[in-house]
Formats: sequence, C-alpha cells, structure tokens
Amino acid sequence: MSALAQVAGDPTLDPPAAAPEVKRRSWTAYVLMLPGVLWLCVFFLLPLVQLASVSLQSRYPGFPGYYYRDLNFSNYASALTDYAPHFARSFLYAGLATFLAFAVAYPLAYAMAFKAGRWRNFMMICVIAPFFTSFILRTFAWSQILADEGWVAGVLNFLHLLPNGHIINTPIAVVAGLTYNFLPFMVLPIYASLERADPRVIEAGGDLYANGFTTFRTVTLPISMPGVLAGTLLTFIPAAGDFVNMELLGPQRGKMIGNVINDQFLAVPGGYPVAAALSFTLMAAILVLVFLYVRRFGTEDLV
Amino acid sequence: MAGFREARGDLRLDAVTKTFGDFTAVDGIDLQVPRGSFFALLGPSGCGKTTTLRMIAGLEQPTAGRVLIGDTDLTGSRPYERPVNTVFQSYALFPHLTIRDNVAFGPKRRRAADADEKADDALNLVQMAGFAARKPAQLSGGQQQRVALARALVNHPEVLLLDEPLGALDLKLRREMQVELKRIQTEVGLTFIHVTHDQEEAMTMADTVAVMNRGRIEQLGAPEELYDLPRTRFVADFLGQANTGVGTIKDVEGDHLVVNVLGTPVKILKSRSQVHEGDVLFGVRPEKVTVSRTRPEGAGNDVRGVVRDVSFLGVATSYLVDMPSGATWSCYEQNLDVEPLDLRPGDEVWLTWNPGHAFGVPAEEPA
Amino acid sequence: MTTTTRTTPPATTTAPKAHRPSAGRRAQVWLADHFAILSAILVLLYLFLPVAYTFVFSFNDHGKTNIVWQGFTWEHWQDPCGVQGVCESLVTSLEVGVISTVVATILGTLMALAMVRYRFRGKSASNLLIFVPMATPEIVMGAALLTIFVQGFSGIGINLGFTTIAFSHIMFCLSFVVVTVRARIQSLDPRIEEAAQDLYASPMQTFWKVTFPLILPGIAGAAMLAFSLSFDDFIITNFVSGNESTFPKFVYVASRRGIPAEANVIGFSMFVIAVLLVVGAQVVSSLRASKLKS
Repeated sequence: MSALAQVAGDPTLDPPAAAPEVKRRSWTAYVLMLPGVLWLCVFFLLPLVQLASVSLQSRYPGFPGYYYRDLNFSNYASALTDYAPHFARSFLYAGLATFLAFAVAYPLAYAMAFKAGRWRNFMMICVIAPFFTSFILRTFAWSQILADEGWVAGVLNFLHLLPNGHIINTPIAVVAGLTYNFLPFMVLPIYASLERADPRVIEAGGDLYANGFTTFRTVTLPISMPGVLAGTLLTFIPAAGDFVNMELLGPQRGKMIGNVINDQFLAVPGGYPVAAALSFTLMAAILVLVFLYVRRFGTEDLV
Repeated sequence: MAGFREARGDLRLDAVTKTFGDFTAVDGIDLQVPRGSFFALLGPSGCGKTTTLRMIAGLEQPTAGRVLIGDTDLTGSRPYERPVNTVFQSYALFPHLTIRDNVAFGPKRRRAADADEKADDALNLVQMAGFAARKPAQLSGGQQQRVALARALVNHPEVLLLDEPLGALDLKLRREMQVELKRIQTEVGLTFIHVTHDQEEAMTMADTVAVMNRGRIEQLGAPEELYDLPRTRFVADFLGQANTGVGTIKDVEGDHLVVNVLGTPVKILKSRSQVHEGDVLFGVRPEKVTVSRTRPEGAGNDVRGVVRDVSFLGVATSYLVDMPSGATWSCYEQNLDVEPLDLRPGDEVWLTWNPGHAFGVPAEEPA
Repeated sequence: MTTTTRTTPPATTTAPKAHRPSAGRRAQVWLADHFAILSAILVLLYLFLPVAYTFVFSFNDHGKTNIVWQGFTWEHWQDPCGVQGVCESLVTSLEVGVISTVVATILGTLMALAMVRYRFRGKSASNLLIFVPMATPEIVMGAALLTIFVQGFSGIGINLGFTTIAFSHIMFCLSFVVVTVRARIQSLDPRIEEAAQDLYASPMQTFWKVTFPLILPGIAGAAMLAFSLSFDDFIITNFVSGNESTFPKFVYVASRRGIPAEANVIGFSMFVIAVLLVVGAQVVSSLRASKLKS
C-alpha cells in the first residue's frame, strides 16, 4: 500500500539521507523495542518452536496423552497421506471464498472511494459495524438464515438450484460463511488503495479513449493492486485455517484441515504430534502460496 | 537549562564539511557573518545550502570543522542548546497548539515567566495579533509563515535561520513578505541567514550573498558585486542572465585585454577579469547592451547581428539577436519612449556596449 | 459540376438518432452509471442480515433450542444474565480485553516509535517478527501456544486459564497496534519535532509536548482495534483457555444445543455500544473540524 505513497511523493531539495525521521543509532531504540520483541519471542516464536518439536514427538504406546521427545518424521508422513484431501478442501474453500469476497468487496470499495462523497465515513462504519457482533453469533445466524425452513432455502429450492434440497450443512454454506466473515478484510485494503489514487488518473483513462470497462481493467485495477493483494492475503490465510464455519454450517463429513487440527488437539487423546505436524504443514503450505502469489503480483511492501 | 550555550557575536563556520556516506554535501566552507546583518545563502537545489543551515541550527552535525558564534564553539551541541532558531520551509507549526502557544513554546521551554506576553509582542511585530487563539489549520499559508517567524523571533536568538520561507507563497505575497522580512530584520537588529534558490530574492533582501554550488561557496559579497563582477562562470550564469562566449586572450591594450571570441575581438578591463592569459569566458549583461539600427560612433565594442525575437515586457523590451558566430545574444532595453525602437525579427541591428561593463571569468567547463 | 440532390439539411430536420433512446436503453445506462452504488447498497444489506437475525432472535420465546422462531418475549432482554455462564463469560472477555488492550497498546506504541524514528541493528528482523503473526493462521498460533503452555511452561505452574488467555491475546494484538501506530507516526511531519528541538525542547519534552499529543489519535485507534480483536477472538482462546470461558467460547459451546437468546441480547448490545462509540467519535471529530473552519 505504501507503493502508492511513493508515487505521490515530493522530490526533496537536498540530497539523500537528509531523512530527519531517522535519528542516530541509539540504545533508546533497543529499550523501546525490548519488551515487545521479548513478548513476541516468548509467546510467538517459542511456541512455534515447541510446536515443531511436538510434531516430531512420539506417543508412548498405550499411554495416550503422554509423549516423548523424538525425531519422528512419520508424523508428517501420516499427516499428509491421511489428510491430504482435507488440505485440498481447505484451500479450495478458502480460495473460492477469497474470490467471492473480492467480487463482492470491489464494487463496494469502489463506490466508497469514488461515488460516496459525504457518505464515505458512514459507509465505512456500515462495513465494520456488523463485525462488532460476535463472530460465532454471526456465523450461527447464517445457519438460521440458510436453514431448511428459511426463505433462502425456499427460494433456491423453488428455482431448482439445490440438488440435495438443502443449503445448510453443505460446502456451499461453508464457503458462503467464509466469504461473509472475511469481507471487511477485503473491503478495507482495497478501499484504502483506491482512496489514495488520484481520481484524475482514472479520468485520464477515459480522456484517452478507454471505455468504462477498459478503464477499469487497465487503470483502476492495477492502481488498486496493492490493496487487492493485501485483501486477498488477509482473507485467504485465516480462511484456510478456519473451522468454525465448517462446524456450524458444514456437513458432517469432508471437514477442513482446521477441524482436524482442532479435534486432534482437543478431542482426540494422543493426537498432539499429528496435529502439530498438520499445523506446521498448513503454515508451510500457506507461506509457499503467499510467497508465490506475492512474487507473481508483487508490490513494494504489504504492511 | 542544562547544556545551553550562551553565545554572542559573529557567526563563523570554520572549514565545515558534511558527508553522507560517500556523498559530500558541504565541502570545507569558511564563512563569517557579521552580527546584525542580513545574509543570504543562494544556490540551486542540491548545492548544500540547506545542509549548511541545518548544521548552524544543530539539526545536523558537521563531519569536520567548527560552528562558532563569537568565541563560543557550538559544534557538537544539540539544537535546544543553541541560541539559534529556525523558520522552516513548511513552517512546521504545532498543529495541536494555538497560535499563542506555538509562539510561546520557546520562551516556556526557557522558563520565561512572561512567555505569553512575549508571544503577544512577537505576534504584534508580524501583524498577527488577532489570531492568537486560533489553530494553525485555520490560517492561510502567508499567515502561517508570519507565525513561524514570530515563533522564532520571540526568543531573540543570536542567529535567525530562514529555510526558503517564501517558497510556498504566490508571487505577490512573496514580494510583500520580502519587504516585511527586511523591515523586521532592520527593526530587531538580529542576524538573519536566509537560504533560497531565488536569486532575485537574495539580491533584494540581503546585505551579503554567498553563492553556493556543489557544497562550496563560489563567491561571497554584496549583491551588486556578485552581479556586476562575478568571479566564476557559475556565478555569472546563476545570477541573472549574461551574454557569454569562450575566447582566447590575444593582446593587451593599456588597461584592457583583447579577447578573440568566435572571431570577434572584444575588450575586457584587466581589473574586471579573473584570467589574464589563455582562455577566458567573456560576459556582458543584457541590460548593458544597446541595440540600434545604425552603427554607433566610438561606443567601444560592437557587433552586428539579426533580430530573432522581440518581447515586450512593459518596463522593457527584450531582444534575441543572432550573431554571425552562431551565438544568440539577449539584450534588454528600458522602454524610455512611448513608442520604443521598432524592430522586428529579421532586422539587422548593431549591438554595442561599454567594454568597462564586460567581465571575464575562468572558462572551465561547468561541472 | 454535376448536380446532385445532396443539399444541406433544412433547419427543422429530425434531430440525430441518439437524441431520444428507448426506455430500455435508458435503464441500461442508468444501471451502468449507478452500478457501483447499487451493488454497494446490496452488499451493505448483505452485511447486516446476520445482525438483523441476531437481533430478531433475541426476542425468541424458545424452549431448549433457539433455532426456529417460536414466539415473542421480552424476558431475555429483561434478564440477560438469566442463563448460567453468559454473564460470567462476558465479564471474563471484558477483563481479558482490557488487560490485553492496555499492555499491547503500551508495548506496541513503544515499538512503533522505535521503528519509525531510529535506525538499529535487527530492524528488518523485528519488522518480520511483527508481520508474521498477522500472516499466520490463528489455528497454528493457537496450537503452538497450547503446546508451549502444556509442555513448555507447565513446570512454572502456569495452567491453562485466564492468564494464558491474556498472554495470548496480548501477543496477537501487538502486531496490529504496531502497524496502526506506526502509520500514524509516519504521517507526522518530521520537521515538527525538529522545530520543537530548535525551540529549546529536550528530547523528552519534545516527545511529551509535541509527538505524543499528535499520535494520540493513532494510539486510541490501535487500542480500539486491539480490544475488538481480543473480545471477538475464538480460535486461539479455544486452545488456551482450559476451563475458563470467554463470551465467544461460551457461544460456540452452546451452539451445539442452540444458543440461548440471552447471548443474542449481549451480542447485539455490544454491537450497539460499539456502533455508538464509533459514530460518537466521528461526530466529535467532525464537530471539531467544523469549529476550526469557522
């Protein structure tokens, strides 16, 4: 998003490094950073290390819940073979949800940035406000909205769009829930990107003979790319690991990887190593996907 | 205040150098600014003038050299320890404080008992007395600029630094402020150091001007001196316009050097040339050149050319004349008559000037 | 010269074709022009739908499960704590929220200051350290925290419960605070701090009298963000809470059997309070802005 900030920057009159924001090296900086960095190390890095260690542990046979330190890579092997379909399913649903969220969010962000005028702040509040109700309550409300007795199912059935007769407890409902829950994470970055753009650049597109759609494709969309990038990542990553939507809206079989991890840690005795292996694999897979994605669509920096 | 260094006297920069990595912004500057004078640091973007200013303020520390006021060595001290205040280019007013609190900020930090009264006095001086309770966001650019000035003046610093303070103002306002600043400086008697890239501004306001280029001072002196007798090619080009040409010194005739410039012999007074043999860059200012249809009698130097362009400027008329050597000369004549000399592009004219008005500077290639 | 029948058209000819398009065409054009606004309205309605359902079902006179509408009643609103665990979990959420917000905001603000205003060794590593938690799925972070609390720290005597929840929340709020405050600090004109020093303010004085008041809105925003992240967190909390229950956890556990309408009451009330706060802040700042203009 700061890629755009660079476009609009002033040329400084005096040469380089006259950057008054950056003071001389000082121990003050270390003092300021220390508590936060320490906290992150202890409560983020260290746990990840521990998780890695757990993923290589082995169970004491016959004593579920007790593990010993080991270098048991078979946890990974069994994790991947047993649960590959769950991974695939998670990425598929998350991907679909991300795409749908993009399709829904973009017009909204566009309207907010260019057409809203005075209503802009109001619309922003409207986007964020629903997310002040609890995540669980919202998702549960969807299970009510999509219930068999509800009007949505009724309309869809009337149009013969539902092969099984119901929409709740199907993957469709899960994707719908995922799309809904992460919508603001898609709207806000795109809005921020568009809002920073000079509307005259887009007018220039029209002035140079591009019609509406072409202007969008060749001018508006590229300008908003940093925002789109940030939005898709902020949507896809949590969606891939989610299990609540699946739990409340999805079928009994064919769960996502998040459900498996959750179960293995909290429900299934002796499941720690496998669950840890799955968690790590998930994180690695996401990092790889993110890396490739950013490489392909890249931007200066995301944060 | 702990660490605050009292100082009194002329500002002196002693072989001051500033490097950023392997880039030298300021290269061994020696400077002395008499107490109470209005001094201008003039130069193009990137010449090091703002860096120099910041080193006087203490916002940068020199890589080598010393900064002194009178006998007090200020080198190494922090900005809040120096009796120096700055008027920033972007004004840098504190947005969350009222105008009065902005101006009273310095005195309050110095534990002055009557900070608010002092602030009101300063606001009076810059004619912003009625705005004391407002916030910077409510003021126009010109008004903010006055407040920034008051905020610096109220502390009666030994040296007041102005970093291109008039850059953001429109032309009319800028002219007004130039007069204002000069008036205030004369009234309060402080040493003002004004950094600008606008040579007209520097010449209008300053008692002494230093022209900087690539971290060095090319020439220092009164504005007239710099304008009429530049010592380097850069100064000749930077201040106003000049008709120049590189030539070779052929002969000496009494007090004059005879120089062959692109086939035409011209004369320069020896006392007005930095170079007495070899190649020299000959120059004469456009307003010193007369245009006429006929060859004038015994005027000194003269050349024949063809008018290329005529621009009516109200006060004067500017002519562009093509020379047989290929050069184009610019001449500037005051419109003393209601119907000035009626020339059109294509007319043949004679250009004359007094050789005593020409100057000669080293002909080095502009770096 | 050949005579032709071509002449300049008389002044009263019919106007060019595009003058009066058909109704259908006009509708098309109107739709295209207003496409963005129309879709925006639709999306906003879509966003509020579950909130509306939550609100409506808070009045449901339900028996065991609050899934199907059975009748209208005020009783849930009259006694929101009527169901065991609802208010206890709410209080826990609020307490955790306040603690996480305070600690994360302080630590995060310090970090943001350091990162914008100073150069130091390890700056880019720190940047990465701050960024990665935001990019890590909650399930991975929750799992990792569970393992460290259960296996790593168990010797120290930290059991899963309130403390572990608070520690975890502080962790994931930190990054968001840093990013938010950092953006605010970067938007400050650095010359303003130089001006303060130029006017005899020591670094400490510069910070408290100039920098801090100017970044305060950013800090406030970061605090609000931290609180809402903490309050609404479920996945990480679920892993590290042991027997404690926060509001989202309570709702989740209850969702098997049907969420009691009391939870709807509380959820909707939190929504209203939050909206009022945000709208209030907007109103205050626009009042201030218009006062400045006068």
